[in-house]
Amino acid sequence: MTQPLRLSILPGLAACLLALAGSAVSAEEHKKPHAATVQVPKDQVQVPKPPFSEGIFPCSQCHDPKSMAPNTKRRELKDMHTDISLHHGPDTRWCLDCHDAYNRDNLHLANGKLVSFNTSYQLCGQCHGDKLRDWRVGIHGKRTGSWNGAKQYLLCVHCHNPHSPHFKSLKPMPPPARPEAIQIKNGGAK
Amino acid sequence: MMDQDACQPTPGAPCPSGENNGRREFLGAAVAAVATALTGCGKLSKEEFLQHNFRELSKEEVLTVIERLEKEYKEKFGKEVKVANTPALPGVMFGYALDLSRCIGCRRCVHACVKENNQSRDPEIQWIRVLELEKEEGVNLQHAEHYYNPDEVPREGHFYMPVQCQQCKKPPCVKVCPVGATWREKDGIVVVDYNWCIGCRYCMAACPYGARHFNWGDPQIPSKDVNPETHYLGNRPRAKGVVEKCTFCVQRTRQGKYPACLEVCPTGSRKFGNLLDKESEIRYILENKRVFKLKEELNTQPNFFYFYGV
Repeated sequence: MTQPLRLSILPGLAACLLALAGSAVSAEEHKKPHAATVQVPKDQVQVPKPPFSEGIFPCSQCHDPKSMAPNTKRRELKDMHTDISLHHGPDTRWCLDCHDAYNRDNLHLANGKLVSFNTSYQLCGQCHGDKLRDWRVGIHGKRTGSWNGAKQYLLCVHCHNPHSPHFKSLKPMPPPARPEAIQIKNGGAK
Repeated sequence: MMDQDACQPTPGAPCPSGENNGRREFLGAAVAAVATALTGCGKLSKEEFLQHNFRELSKEEVLTVIERLEKEYKEKFGKEVKVANTPALPGVMFGYALDLSRCIGCRRCVHACVKENNQSRDPEIQWIRVLELEKEEGVNLQHAEHYYNPDEVPREGHFYMPVQCQQCKKPPCVKVCPVGATWREKDGIVVVDYNWCIGCRYCMAACPYGARHFNWGDPQIPSKDVNPETHYLGNRPRAKGVVEKCTFCVQRTRQGKYPACLEVCPTGSRKFGNLLDKESEIRYILENKRVFKLKEELNTQPNFFYFYGV
């Protein structure tokens, strides 16, 4: 008689426990303020403003479709933006592969979908999907903030110049002193 | 009669007057000399000389000690230096991971660490040592160079490996300390009680990572460079003759901040977090990346991991 009774109780208990555990987890999640997930849609990440050169944005202040018709012919720029040398991917790549000719203040994906400069990681992620995946979970790139709370992300372009993305070499800071360079003074090292 | 009385212990022996006084003076001077020697040239206060191991102090005693230290630091540096004794956070085990595929050996971490942790500037003590290794050799420490100083890094054909305290689960340094001045905290950080350390340097000999450093001279820090946010077991100013080491910036990390070396790294090679938190970056790395421990064969079981992020 007791056996069937116990069997019927067990699933009930398990369900209760599961419900409890579930509520505990959701409460825990609620407490943790993740800057990455606050205020922005799920597929987006909160990032600081892109590092534009001074006075360059919005692009539409010069690229006004009324006064300047876009020239979509693939060419080397001679009049403007000559400071930009493109070292990113194949030689055939050029400005309008990423910049949008008709919405100058935006970028576009390969499928033509517009992307704002603030979410340019979506554009980068088209080719560098593995990096984007690691970046979202905080493995690729730098995080600041707190390890158990809000974290600040950076855009790809904060560290990589999009036109020449290879990370630039740096001058190393001074090496440690060699033991022979440490002088004895007043009975102790100086 | 008076002479005889004074020489009671050795009756019959000649007793030149004044010998007794001489012995007393000598003994007194000797005790004073020993005390001076023990207390470090007479610089130590009585309270400091009689202070117990940090782990044996009651809460009130800790506060008294901290009050005394803050007063001493203020006299020495002419500014307020705060000494915290924040305990380990419950449910936290700190872990660190370093991406060898990204580090370029720029030594920003080394110097940010010195600035944050109040190391002596002259001679400069550095808790992080960056090794320049050859790509052809891989992680072969016989081909490591830590005095490299080219105009630009990374150098062709080389990669870089910063080494600091690995916060071992089985720390050989703790095992050899004859006085128990160093131990592993609940959050996995190996710390030193600088007031209990006798400076024997056994721990330095025992550490296979060269992570411990000794104050051979009086640590020199210009007052303006002293970081006033300190922790008793971490970056509070040290004295001559004690050993010090990386504490994962205990003064920062126990408040939820990242360590200073991580925040300054321009390549984002450094990752830090709670090993007990399944959602943490560090756990993601351990589960998804190629990870190794330095000198794993020694069974020191580091909580510091190296990985390849590519």
